[in-house]
Amino acid sequence: MSAQPETPRGSLDDFRRETRQWLEANCPPDMRLPVVDESDVCWGGRHVKFKNEAQRVWLQRMAERGWTVPEWPKAYGGGGLGKEEAKVLREEMAALNCRAPLTSFGISMLGPALLKYGNEAQKREHIPKIVRGEIRWCQGYSEPGAGSDLASLKTRADDQGDHFLINGSKIWTSYGDKADWIFCLVRTNFEGKKHDGISFLLFDMASSGISTRPIRLISGYSPFTQTFFDNVKVPKENLLGELNKGWTIAKYLLTHERNMIGGMGLGLRIGGKGTLGQLAAGELGLAGGRLADPVLRADIAKFELDANAFALTMERVQAEAKAGNETGAMSSMLKYYGTELNKRRAELMMSIAGTEGLKFGDGGAEELAPVWLRTKANSIEGGTSEVQLNIIAKHVLKLPGA
Amino acid sequence: MSLVLNEDQLMFRDAAKRFAAERAPIAELRRLRDSNDATGFDRAVWKEMAEMGWAGVLVPEEHGGVGFGHVGAGLIAQEIGRNLSATPFVSTAVLGVTALLKGGSDAQKQALLPKMAAGEVVLALASDERSRHSPYNVATRAVGSAGKYKLSGAKVHVLDGHVADRLIVSARTSGDVDGRDGMTLFLVDPKAAGVSIRRVSIVDSRNAATVELRDVAVTSDDVIGAVDKGAAILDAVLDAGRAVLAAELLGLSEEAFERTLGYLRERDQFGVKIGTFQGLQHRAAHLFCEIELVRSTVLRALQSLDAQEKHASSLICLAKGKASDVARLATNEAVQMHGGIGMTDEFDIGFFMKRACAAGETFGDAYFHTDRFAQLSGY
Repeated sequence: MSAQPETPRGSLDDFRRETRQWLEANCPPDMRLPVVDESDVCWGGRHVKFKNEAQRVWLQRMAERGWTVPEWPKAYGGGGLGKEEAKVLREEMAALNCRAPLTSFGISMLGPALLKYGNEAQKREHIPKIVRGEIRWCQGYSEPGAGSDLASLKTRADDQGDHFLINGSKIWTSYGDKADWIFCLVRTNFEGKKHDGISFLLFDMASSGISTRPIRLISGYSPFTQTFFDNVKVPKENLLGELNKGWTIAKYLLTHERNMIGGMGLGLRIGGKGTLGQLAAGELGLAGGRLADPVLRADIAKFELDANAFALTMERVQAEAKAGNETGAMSSMLKYYGTELNKRRAELMMSIAGTEGLKFGDGGAEELAPVWLRTKANSIEGGTSEVQLNIIAKHVLKLPGA
Repeated sequence: MSLVLNEDQLMFRDAAKRFAAERAPIAELRRLRDSNDATGFDRAVWKEMAEMGWAGVLVPEEHGGVGFGHVGAGLIAQEIGRNLSATPFVSTAVLGVTALLKGGSDAQKQALLPKMAAGEVVLALASDERSRHSPYNVATRAVGSAGKYKLSGAKVHVLDGHVADRLIVSARTSGDVDGRDGMTLFLVDPKAAGVSIRRVSIVDSRNAATVELRDVAVTSDDVIGAVDKGAAILDAVLDAGRAVLAAELLGLSEEAFERTLGYLRERDQFGVKIGTFQGLQHRAAHLFCEIELVRSTVLRALQSLDAQEKHASSLICLAKGKASDVARLATNEAVQMHGGIGMTDEFDIGFFMKRACAAGETFGDAYFHTDRFAQLSGY
């Protein structure tokens, strides 16, 4: 059941009109151009370097209204919008091609967990800074010895009375070298079941004893670091939720992460332009109304069927959730299927591009190969495809002993 | 339109679920098969189904139906799929009704729709001539003038053809053999001189027939829609049939999958339940995802027919293509995971694989609809 009251239709129309007027007046023209590369995405943070004045102004204006996170409560700086209003805002932003003013793991991952598990002081301290893009967060989950088997993590937090002392190492920390704070899974109990000795800590990356090392990937990019903790002191009040109950929060947050990864770039395209088939038709030409390369065409068409069926399933799961039906079991399905589709699409794009797609290393924004390589991580990060299938087998299909 | 069922639809589905499981279960299909039943379904049960609103699900109330739309028809078909119920639902309640609603004259509608909705009259679509679905490939000719025609040609895979009270025949009144233009639909009395119908025994134990026409006399009163303009009606008829068959394929995939899960949970080998093996778990989990995708495409396709959307045909290709493909996977996995017992006739699971194959081929399989989807998308 949604706690938000239904917004009457008439006032929703007013809201739409006012929103459009405000966006037209306040969204700088440069912020209505398509995002070309990473520098066009604003991540905020203490050391933020705005690409231009427009990016800074756009963030500031949107943050003032809480519209960087339209549905978060007003009490912590959020927009306080209902679901219907938030949808109107998204639609109006899309209509004017407005860019997202702020992208961050604080918004997409930590925020929902803070709102659900944080105490009042933690919410007042951290959420407004996420809303305004003042603090950039990173995630400390995986370790060199704890990948798919995340719960076997060994980074330890020893109780020193008024603080924890952190020792260990995290890996695959997205933008670990750019983040201000980290939300981090640590072991606070080495006895008993591995899931029951994990706690969820928040701490400042500027703390003494933290160092990071960038990891160069097959795509040529280095978005991740390995992060080292050497006697890092973390105040006790930075524990989120209860001691040794961090796994519950970790799972809650992973569900959000999966939905984010699974849903990447796969909108419904029936009747629309820019499908893979149309792209291929432009590159390879048609013969008798059909794509000139019939075997490639068959794979493209099969992909398009699956991609559209998947987009409809995302839509259906959202509709089910809105109707108050149980959909928790679906996040693993969406993550598994969505990421596998994304990889298939990248493979097909490489085939369509032929040798042109092999260009690599000149740093051009149009290069396809790095994008293709990047997709390979989709089915690894946030729980591998195989882990998602395990989860479905165990929790959805109730198969024995999984 | 939201991709969830409303209260009325949920109630309708629950009633259909109870009825199909009770009155038309797999045991009944087995009985019809083993007794070489001459009709191929139970006429008394079809009357009961008509009373439940099944035969008239697409028929407007003014013609004696319940007008519950394509989503409603899909809910029935899903239960038919789960129970492998032998009925003339597709031939009569979907194909026949759609042809009359899209092209029928007032006289045709008044004469036939109430009786069809009451379960008293069975219609059969005699359209395909090739063994691979190719609806515009029509060599059957209608020759004549001044409102009188003679039909000659041969049709294959005519569902319920041998028990139909009326046939709907596609014939060429002009144009090339493989052209979309120049086709006309005729209502034909199967007892008329020159009509010969031969029942064909097919793998799913359901009804199919070949129909031969030799100088069969018809008049302009028997034309459905306009002369030479039959293709548009035929497209609508086939699309309705495809969408409903996709729902049936969904139902049978769900049922075969649930039975397989049950078997994985109870069958012991090597001292453990076979459902503990990751090799089987991952295949089952993948199949779960595929069936979820089919569920979305089927509902959306049926909704697009009810709303008469511009892109309904693309959505139907998506649903029928995907449902045919996934039903094949679901039933093949079902037989494989059941092992030896899955190969026995005594065990029911093989019936699902047979029906998946037959319903998959009917009105275009995954290859047909993938190709058609691409063509509709401009490549």
